[in-house]
Amino acid sequence: MTDFPVEKIRADFPILQEKIRNKPLVYLDNAASCQKPQQVIDSIVHCYSHEYANVHRGVHTLSVRATDRYEGAREKVQHFINAQSTKEIIFVRGATEAINLIAQTFGKANINAGDEILITAMEHHSNIVPWQMLCEQTGAVLKVAPIDLQGELIYAEFEALLSEKTKLVSVVHMSNALGTVNPVEKIIAAAKAKNIPVLLDGAQAIPHMSVDVQALDCDFYVFSGHKLYAPSGIGVLYGKQALLEAMPPYQGGGDMIRKVTFEETEYNSLPYKFEAGTPNIADVIGLGAAIDYLTEIGMDNIAAYEAELLAYATASANKIQGLRIIGDNNHKGAILSFVLDKIHPHDIGTMLDSLGIAIRAGHHCAMPVMDFFEVPATARASFAMYNTKEEIDVLMAGIEDLIKIFG
Amino acid sequence: MFEDLRDLYQEVIFDHNRNPRNFHVMDEADRKVEGFNPLCGDRLTLFLKMDGDTIVDASFQGSGCAISTASVSLMTDIVKGKTEAEAEDLFTQFHEMTTGKEEEINLEAIGKLAVLAGVREYPARVKCATLAWHTLDAALKNEQEAISTE
Repeated sequence: MTDFPVEKIRADFPILQEKIRNKPLVYLDNAASCQKPQQVIDSIVHCYSHEYANVHRGVHTLSVRATDRYEGAREKVQHFINAQSTKEIIFVRGATEAINLIAQTFGKANINAGDEILITAMEHHSNIVPWQMLCEQTGAVLKVAPIDLQGELIYAEFEALLSEKTKLVSVVHMSNALGTVNPVEKIIAAAKAKNIPVLLDGAQAIPHMSVDVQALDCDFYVFSGHKLYAPSGIGVLYGKQALLEAMPPYQGGGDMIRKVTFEETEYNSLPYKFEAGTPNIADVIGLGAAIDYLTEIGMDNIAAYEAELLAYATASANKIQGLRIIGDNNHKGAILSFVLDKIHPHDIGTMLDSLGIAIRAGHHCAMPVMDFFEVPATARASFAMYNTKEEIDVLMAGIEDLIKIFG
Repeated sequence: MFEDLRDLYQEVIFDHNRNPRNFHVMDEADRKVEGFNPLCGDRLTLFLKMDGDTIVDASFQGSGCAISTASVSLMTDIVKGKTEAEAEDLFTQFHEMTTGKEEEINLEAIGKLAVLAGVREYPARVKCATLAWHTLDAALKNEQEAISTE
């Protein structure tokens, strides 16, 4: 923990200097969205100040400059997740749009009545609802592999649900509500043995660990920029080239075409086939800047530091009487979801806010997870590489104080 | 400790949260409506016993935050003996108080409910206080569908 440059990192995030209700901000809502370093903010300002024009169109200098920067960011994403080619990196609005895209293109082309899509009981709504919509459209069936009381996938039951009918496995890499990291290597190997493609929802995992899509051998990997210290409104769909080639386009429009007549249209090649319309140019460049920033620190260093933060937070939380951790297992990223006896998470959220501490209180867009644990909501402290042990102390002291007040 | 929150979390609210009044199922209820706040997960079932257009008894079941529990607890106390029109009038006054439309709170009309006035400084918590009243409104209009704040 000692050699991780947390103070240097904190100095790069201007918002961490904010006072909330006259107290220093303790930002522990990173699983909802992360704050942005000055380097990312500067990259967007620089784009609009010096290199902004539409991409892939003009012969003029600015358009060339913008296109270079935009496509440069695509290369950064490619290397960041170790994809084989930039053709496999599609820019979308976020993980949610990426999953919807896969459901409505790959799904509609390959999944028919009676076929099955397999997810887990710890999915975010964004990895449930697009499949329910597809099932409604096609007559396919959504299957859900159960979790246990520690918030871990019951792997044997997952494996038992894989069958000839399964046409896609779509699982969360790391749960946003519990912090659980799924055994994705095992999941992918089991699915591959039956020739079933696998989609990993990496929205929560991507800021916490290094991801190598080739080593994983997943078919699709999706994530959002805003949880990776990059701007909101930008995300990535990774797909194996052969799969993407075979998929029909998602939206029609400019940029995704090669030739248009009123009789027929010839689609553009990858990745542009899936990027209709003017893209979110500046935020893609911002995503590239975030990746540069993280690469310099090193994802493995971040993972090691955050593991120490989580261990410290878990040990501290376990000392508080009446606190129950939801998702209490040893395969977790830096998320502490909890409930307190007789104190509703929303009261916890408001009380901690008055101390300058930002946590999430609610169902975390994972209502089925709440139902499983028979809680209406949880309080969730989620950590990032800029959080410190001292902030965890402030959180725990706040929790102990509010327990006293509620009596 | 938590001085900034004294307007929101008054002692009366803690008291009603710890010991909610009228917290039971009413078997002989004439009206029974469920209220749900999907954002918080607050759920309550409101029971009313009517005599003509007068509420003779009110009770509730469910779980929610301190604000929503105190609000429904106070509400079930205050509406007993009120006519439907009087209860609807209280709802209007309560709504105006919690959403800050009226600067002056009509203390005479609103009585004990004034302890919930603090939520108007906390937009994210207004729905916690008003869930009970929206549920009552649905019960008085005899709507059978579960009501939701969203």
